[in-house]
Amino acid sequence: MKYFYLVWKSLWRKKVRTILTILSVLVAFLLFGLLSAFNAVFRGGIDYANASRLVTIDKISLINPLPISYEQRIKAVPGVTQVTSATWFGGYYQDPKAQFPQYPVVPETFLTVHPELQISEEQKNKWMQIRDSAIVGRDLVNQFGWKIGDRIPIHTTIWTNRDGGQVWDFEIAGIFDSDNNNGVTTLMLFHYDYFDEGRAFGQGTVGWYTFTIDDSSRAAEIADAIDTQFANSPNETKTSTEAAFAESFMKQFGNIALIVRLILSAVFFTILLVAGNTMAQSVRERLSELAVLKTLGFENGSVMGIVLAESILVMLLGGLIGLGLSSVIVQGAAKQMAAFLPGLALTNEALALGVLIMVLAGVAAGIFPAIRAMRLTIVEALART
Amino acid sequence: MSQDLAVLKDISRTYQKGKERVEVLHKLNLNIAEGDFLALMGPSGSGKTTLLNLLGGLDKPTSGTVEVGGAALHSMSSGALSKWRARHVGFIFQFYNLLPVLTAQKNVELPLLLTRLGSKERAKRAATALAIVGLEDRASHYPRELSGGQEQRVAIARAIVSDPTLLLCDEPTGDLDRETANEILALLQALNRDHNKTIVMVTHDAISAEYANHTVHLDKGTLTAEMAA
Repeated sequence: MKYFYLVWKSLWRKKVRTILTILSVLVAFLLFGLLSAFNAVFRGGIDYANASRLVTIDKISLINPLPISYEQRIKAVPGVTQVTSATWFGGYYQDPKAQFPQYPVVPETFLTVHPELQISEEQKNKWMQIRDSAIVGRDLVNQFGWKIGDRIPIHTTIWTNRDGGQVWDFEIAGIFDSDNNNGVTTLMLFHYDYFDEGRAFGQGTVGWYTFTIDDSSRAAEIADAIDTQFANSPNETKTSTEAAFAESFMKQFGNIALIVRLILSAVFFTILLVAGNTMAQSVRERLSELAVLKTLGFENGSVMGIVLAESILVMLLGGLIGLGLSSVIVQGAAKQMAAFLPGLALTNEALALGVLIMVLAGVAAGIFPAIRAMRLTIVEALART
Repeated sequence: MSQDLAVLKDISRTYQKGKERVEVLHKLNLNIAEGDFLALMGPSGSGKTTLLNLLGGLDKPTSGTVEVGGAALHSMSSGALSKWRARHVGFIFQFYNLLPVLTAQKNVELPLLLTRLGSKERAKRAATALAIVGLEDRASHYPRELSGGQEQRVAIARAIVSDPTLLLCDEPTGDLDRETANEILALLQALNRDHNKTIVMVTHDAISAEYANHTVHLDKGTLTAEMAA
């Protein structure tokens, strides 16, 4: 730490160059923060998926419905404890751009299979009693300003009702929270019976089944037993863990994680070249100063450490400001777009990874100039002055 | 009679310049007494700076032995030499070689970073060293804000701040006008006389050499004459 002042002052030897380098690092880490938060949205469903929860969908495509009769047959498979179903409603509230997930479900079984959804007994009972009621997640309430008792029209482009209309009215009976941060509070849930009787087509079918099992180590065996049961039927199935299901669902949008990694790799490679060049120039310009330090008694390792510390400090300065800015932007965006980008957040893991990258990039950018400084021969360097 | 601080025996130093081997010092013998003020004179390329580098542990002889204050510099590792320099030698260069990003005070404190002293004690000792060279009122100035003579005074303060026994000066007045040069030489003389510093000074200038107690002449890597002032 006693060398910090020396490192700090050396850093500002060429102010404009240092500021430009810090700015380029700042932009890189701003991008890192924003893309990490964006990636978290797509990872959310995967990361928080329950290991002992499995999902059965149509083998061909998620958009093909499954018969309601499958529920009992799935429940009869040894190891399966609770079964529920859901269907993609594909609706929006007022603005077609304001899409969020709505599922018609059987309330009792859905809440049993998804215990992470927290709702008061009073609101739950009210939902059970009113056929055209719905419960909504806390983020939706915050987004649209709804309150219990409101009647809200939901437009759907898929499920025309028996009257030929595409607007379904619901009364908000309750608001649920979640015991984790995976964004499930952006859901709207309503009665399957109300939906099934009201829709113009597709009666007696559901989108997918979700069920719990008694032993997560038997997940593959149970999934296989279910799919075998429906093999060679008009609706063959594909059963997987909730995590695998969430991942395959997200891959419909492309491999976001890979795209993020590729963009960041390109950005950081460029930053390494920029910062590496800055450090190389900086060391080249003050070879005689470094030789003076050695003359005074600074050992080779200390001189190397001073140059490396300078390089790491540039990365930390730009990186921490960049991550800080991205955190502020993400927090603002998360409030504004909670319904559309649930789980938008700069996680602690992303922050820790960011700091680790700063240190590693600092070492990578500074290592060759630092080695040059370490190997510097005093007599030769002083002879150049 | 004073005890010898430095003893150089049969010193040779050869450099490789391309395919050619250049012998800068040839079987040179020199004893420097503790508390002496020695001027090294000679034409360019005579080996003055090389001799100074060997005395300061910045370079090693190709053959022969260099002992300073009982330490055999010719056989010490690079790390050991660094530690030894920090404790026992102060360097003063022709072009001052101050760090431009540090104030005079912080430049003087640099050698003390290698000690276990706390920041307050370092600052106190640096202030004392600056006071000795008469620059206590320039402590917060950067080198670019100082004259050549003032910069050299700061360099002298940096050289004496860790209280070394030996001061090595390479053309300390080579970049200064006569009047300022005389002030710097008088300061070195005072350090030798009042603070018992052993000083070895490389110079081209006969007037400067008059400030020393002895003058040694080098030519083509060997001693040609030794004169008392």
